[in-house]
Amino acid sequence: MPKTMFEKIWEAHEVRENLLYIDLHLVHEVTSPQAFEGLRMTGRKLRRPDKTVATADHNVPTDGTPAAAMIKDALSRKQVETLEQNAADFGVPVYSLGSETQGIVHVIGPELGLTQPGMTIVCGDSHTSTHGAFGALAFGIGTSEVEHVMATQTLVQNKPKTMRINYHGKLGEGVTSKDLILATIGKLSTSGMTGYVVEYAGEAIENLTMEQRMTVCNMTIEGGGKAGMIAPDETTFEYMRGKPGVPEDFEAAVGRWKKLPTDEGATFDSEINIDATRISPMVTWGTTPGMVIQVTDTVPDPEKMDSPADKEAAERALQYMGLEAGTPMEEIRPERVFIGSCTNSRISDLREAAGAIKGRKVADSVRAMVVPGSALVKAQAEDEGLDEIFREAGFEWRGAGCSMCLGMNPDILIEGERCASTSNRNFEGRQGKGGRTHLVSPTMATAAAIEGHFVDIRNWS
Amino acid sequence: MESISTIEGEVAVLDRSDVDTDQIIPKQFLKRVERTGYGEFLFYDWVRDGEIELEPHPILVSGRNFGSGSSREHAVWALHQFGFQAVIAPSFSDIFYSNSTKNGFLPVVLDDEDCQKIVEAGQAKIDLESQTVSWDGGEASFEIDSEIKRRLLGGLDDIALTLQSEDEIEAFEAGPGGTYGPVTTSL
Ligand code: SF4
Repeated sequence: MPKTMFEKIWEAHEVRENLLYIDLHLVHEVTSPQAFEGLRMTGRKLRRPDKTVATADHNVPTDGTPAAAMIKDALSRKQVETLEQNAADFGVPVYSLGSETQGIVHVIGPELGLTQPGMTIVCGDSHTSTHGAFGALAFGIGTSEVEHVMATQTLVQNKPKTMRINYHGKLGEGVTSKDLILATIGKLSTSGMTGYVVEYAGEAIENLTMEQRMTVCNMTIEGGGKAGMIAPDETTFEYMRGKPGVPEDFEAAVGRWKKLPTDEGATFDSEINIDATRISPMVTWGTTPGMVIQVTDTVPDPEKMDSPADKEAAERALQYMGLEAGTPMEEIRPERVFIGSCTNSRISDLREAAGAIKGRKVADSVRAMVVPGSALVKAQAEDEGLDEIFREAGFEWRGAGCSMCLGMNPDILIEGERCASTSNRNFEGRQGKGGRTHLVSPTMATAAAIEGHFVDIRNWS
Repeated sequence: MESISTIEGEVAVLDRSDVDTDQIIPKQFLKRVERTGYGEFLFYDWVRDGEIELEPHPILVSGRNFGSGSSREHAVWALHQFGFQAVIAPSFSDIFYSNSTKNGFLPVVLDDEDCQKIVEAGQAKIDLESQTVSWDGGEASFEIDSEIKRRLLGGLDDIALTLQSEDEIEAFEAGPGGTYGPVTTSL
């Protein structure tokens, strides 16, 4: 019987029904301390340190502070120190602050070659879906499950439903994978993928680079999905070749990975078709990623919404965002710009953003920063001189970490500040209490930084 | 984990949809390395701004897509430690739902209409064994996975249960399934 990629991976990892073996467990400092503590209290060992890797990302300051001991915030410091101690006690390799390979957990997995097709990957972080871009089954778990994986290298799981989204045609000039996923969430809503593992397919997906594919899978969780996946192909293998963690018998592994894509005729619980040629550059206007429209549109009018719940939510959102219905999106003026996060902080994101600058300067009304996703991305960008281009234009160039994606470190918005952000969540207070977030692609963020308001990147020379 | 059989009492109401975990427990409170001490910070920003007022009743009723966003289990700990024992909503995010059931905290899915009736009744009784919610003037049944239900009713420790199958895990690791993926310790 023809099988979906998801089914092939699921079946290959079933220890028994509903008990799934985990090939790679990624650990970070925020969601792991209670799990390590649980192991200690019950006298359990961490079963497979060789399938586990830890990094510090959420708490780390990005202003160049070299070591955990230098984190000024005592609680943040304690979390990072706890991670280092736990990793040492349980034999887990750790890339903490100061390590050449420290970075956002979802950036370092792929760049170290740890993320591979056909694997099951989990992490106590919802954006674990990112790794599905390689044709892996990757999803976020809570701390109790983190402890369960540590102790047993397995997870108790009910088989999720499957969805395939087929994108027909090519993306237009200036339209990015960030716009593709934002438009998809806008269409399906923030719970449209709930309960599903989603496979993204079609010409527009095949044409994406690995890093662009990661952006798509990353935001699966914003659509409520359990995991996002994209079939591995030459683009995938090319990206992986030569990375430190990949199999020694790489060509043989490629042969195995080529068997992973969904078979012709396999069925999904749900199939959705989207015309990729009609996707435009997108900007969120509200406080969920589903509240998103084309940059050429105007802020929607709650009065015109169908359901009372949508109307109420939109009214609340507009009030929080300080926006009025009918305002053209291009007239909205962010004071802050953030290029970074596990959605858009990889080298190609930074290249695109830097490439859009073309000698121009950040508007006087804007404070803009660029935060590479990992220490390796940072080093690579500096090798290519991107840091100079950004600095020259008036962007701040920072160290690697989650930074202003969630404001658990010193990088935050102040009350009422409006930010064009390449991250993934525009929830109330996400980037700092009272902060107003508009999610966009890296080039749209760059253009907003320079012009001081949103612009349609397609008409921006 | 504490076992659950029935949960009964007044309901607290949070009449919003898409309540995300960033709201339930804002990130500044995620810096603790313990499992406790989160209850007092529940919905911190909304409470501090006077937008909502919540009583620690046994049951919370809220809108669709409850617990969306970040995977932080701290959200469940905060709700539980504040005093809630169950949340009733038309839908939940997957991770939040799963996290709840690992903590003896009961997520109950009922449609909008039933949620409204419970809000109006002001009190309810959830019976896990019979999978029903009853209130003054009405009753509804809810779905729950039988394995999750068994674990909740018995207050069973997931890890201990899985470790009973350690032989099977070892056998799996010895087979072809044990060979996927990198060896992190050799990098
Ligand atoms: S960059 Fe943002 S979304 Fe990604 S792991 Fe860090 S905090 Fe989470």
